[in-house]
Amino acid sequence: MNFLTSLADRDRVFDFLVPVDSPVDVRHGPILYLEDVTVSFDGFRAIDRLNLTIDDGELRCIIGPNGAGKTTMMDIITGKTRPDTGQVWFGSRHNLLTMNEPAIASLGIGRKFQKPTTFEALTVFENLELAMAADKRILPTLTARTTGEIRARIEEVMTTIGLVELRHRPAGILSHGQKQWLEIGMLLMQRPRLLLVDEPVAGMTEQEMERTAELLTGLAGQQSVVVVEHDMGFVRSIARTVTVLHQGSVLAEGSMNQVSMDPRVVEVYLGAEADEEVA
Amino acid sequence: MLASRSWLSRPLHERSTRLFLGVLIAALAVVSLLNLALPAGHPLHVSTYTVTLLGKYLCYALLAVAVDLVWGYLGILSLGHGAFFALGGYAMGMYLMRQIGDRGVYGDPVLPDFMVFLDWQSLPWYWHGFDMAWFALLTVLLAPGLLALVFGFLAFRSRVTGVYLSIITQALTFALMLAFFRNEMGFGGNNGLTDFKELLGFDLTADATRLWLFLATGMALALGYVLCRAIVASKLGRVCVATRDAEARTRFLGYRVERFQLFVFVVSAMLAGVAGALYVPQVGIINPGEFSPIFSIEIVLWVALGGRGTLYGAVIGALLVNYAKTVFTGVMPEAWLFALGGLFVLVTVLLPKGIAGLLAYRRPRRADPDPSTTPGEASA
Repeated sequence: MNFLTSLADRDRVFDFLVPVDSPVDVRHGPILYLEDVTVSFDGFRAIDRLNLTIDDGELRCIIGPNGAGKTTMMDIITGKTRPDTGQVWFGSRHNLLTMNEPAIASLGIGRKFQKPTTFEALTVFENLELAMAADKRILPTLTARTTGEIRARIEEVMTTIGLVELRHRPAGILSHGQKQWLEIGMLLMQRPRLLLVDEPVAGMTEQEMERTAELLTGLAGQQSVVVVEHDMGFVRSIARTVTVLHQGSVLAEGSMNQVSMDPRVVEVYLGAEADEEVA
Repeated sequence: MLASRSWLSRPLHERSTRLFLGVLIAALAVVSLLNLALPAGHPLHVSTYTVTLLGKYLCYALLAVAVDLVWGYLGILSLGHGAFFALGGYAMGMYLMRQIGDRGVYGDPVLPDFMVFLDWQSLPWYWHGFDMAWFALLTVLLAPGLLALVFGFLAFRSRVTGVYLSIITQALTFALMLAFFRNEMGFGGNNGLTDFKELLGFDLTADATRLWLFLATGMALALGYVLCRAIVASKLGRVCVATRDAEARTRFLGYRVERFQLFVFVVSAMLAGVAGALYVPQVGIINPGEFSPIFSIEIVLWVALGGRGTLYGAVIGALLVNYAKTVFTGVMPEAWLFALGGLFVLVTVLLPKGIAGLLAYRRPRRADPDPSTTPGEASA
C-alpha cells in the first residue's frame, strides 16, 4: 500500500536516482521538514499529524508536557522509530524514512540523549576520537592513525566544551555536567548539520546550566540545533523560536513571549506548571 | 610519534608487550636449553615429556588469548570457543591421518584405518586435499573462520548478544560434538583421529620434533598476542570497547557494530583454530571430547582467573589453571573439579579483575603529571 501511494506521489518521481551520500540540499530553506507525521503505539497516537520545519542554522526549543511526543519525534528523525504515515525530509534531497540509523547519523544528524551515554572506560580524548567524522568501515578503522589534523580538531572541540584539562581521564570519572558536555562534544566531532539535544540541563547546577546555554547558543548558526527541554528558565535564556507540542502535534509556535501569552499553551502547559507551583 | 607507526607494529613499541614477549622468549630459550644441553639424569633436565606438556599449555594460552579478545574487549562471552579450537585440530588431524599412508594397521595406502574398519570403499569428498600441507594449513584457518563468519553473521545481524549469545554458542559446540561422535560423519566417530606418524616428514615421536613443536607453539602465541594487542590498541579496539560498554551509542556514532563484532569474532575463531592445530600433533589425538561444552566453559574460567580484558591475564590464567590441573589430577583426581570451582569462587569474590588485576594493584600506576603539585615537589 505504501508502495502504491509512493507511485502516486509526484514530488518524488525517480528518487532512486538521487545518490544517498549526496550533500544536504538546503537551497530551498528548511534543513528539516516533517509533514503529517503520525505514529501509534498499540492504538495510542504518540505523534498525531505533526508538522514541523527547522531552518538552516536555527536554534529551536521544543517544549511540552510529559507524553507530548517530544522523544518520539526525535526517534523518528534519527530513524529509530518508523512513522505510520507522513514524510520526513532532511534538506530537500534526503528522505529520512528510507534510511537506517547509521546512514542518518553519517548524513549529519547528531543526537544527544537524555541520559548521557559516554564510553566510560575510554578517555575524553578517545571518546571524541571515536565520534569524529571518519571512514567508519572496519579496515580503515583498524589502520586509522591519529594525525596532527585529527588532534587539532579534537583539541578544538575539547576547548569548546571546556574539558582540555581532563583529556586523558576516563569518561567514567566525569561529573554529570561534564559528561553532558562531552556528549555534546562528541556530536560536534561529527560536524553535524543538525543537532538534536534531549534535555541537556536535567540535573545540572545553576553554573553548569549557564555554561550549557553559552555552549548551545554558540553552536547555532554553524549548525541547526533543536533542544527539547523542560526547564522553562533555561528555554527562556536560549530560545529564539519555541515550539509547543501537545498530544503529538504542534500547539503553538513563536517567540517565548508570544508562546507564553497563548491561552491554549497557558492552559495545557504553563498553566499546569503554575498550578504545580501553587500547590 | 605513535601516530606515524603502522597499526600492526604499534604493539612492539609498548612496554607491556615487550615485557610479555621478552618473558615468553626467555622461557622458550631456557626450556630448550635445559632440554638439550643437560643430560637426562641431571636434576634440572627438562624431559621431552615436560616440553610437550608445556607446549600443550601454550596452545591453551593462545586459545585463552582468542577468548579474551572477544570477551574482554568486545563483551561477547563465547561459551563455544572449544568448537573453533577443535575444528582447527580436526583439520590438522586429517592432514596427519593422510600422512600415515600405508603404515596404518590395515595398510591401506589411501584410506585411514577407521574407514577401512567401517568398510568404506573410497575417501569421502571432504577428505581430498588433506594430503597437501598447504591445503590443511589453509583449512586450519578457514574452517573455524567460516563457521564463525556464518554463525556470527546470523547472530550479530539479529542483534543477539549477552547471555543469549552465550547460550547459542554453547548449543553450537554441543551440536558439533554430537555430530562428530557419529561414525557416518567420517571423522572417526568417538575415537577421533589418532595414531599419527609424522608431520611435514618429521617423525612425531622424535625428541627434536617435539621441541620444535613446542617452540612453534611459543612463536604462534607470540604472534597471536601481538596481533590481538595490535587490534586492541587500534581505533578498532576502542570501537570494540565502546561496543562492549554502550552498543546502541556506538551504533549512533555511525559504526556498523555488527560488522565489527563479526570481524573480531572471526579473527578470534581463527586464532583458536591455530591453537587447536598445534595442540593435536603434541597430544597425538583429536576426538569429539574437545567439542564438549565443559571444555569451552573451562576456557572462560582461565580467562576470568587470569583477568579479562588484558590478554596477558588470559595467558597467565591458562598456564596456571592447567598446571594446577596436571598436578591435581595426578595427586587427587577426584578433587580437581572442586578445586577449580573453589578457585573460581575465590577469584570472583576477592579478585574481580583476576590475577592481572592483582599485578596492576601491586605496581602502583604512574600518576598523571599534575601541574599544581610539580612546583611543590621542586621546592621540597
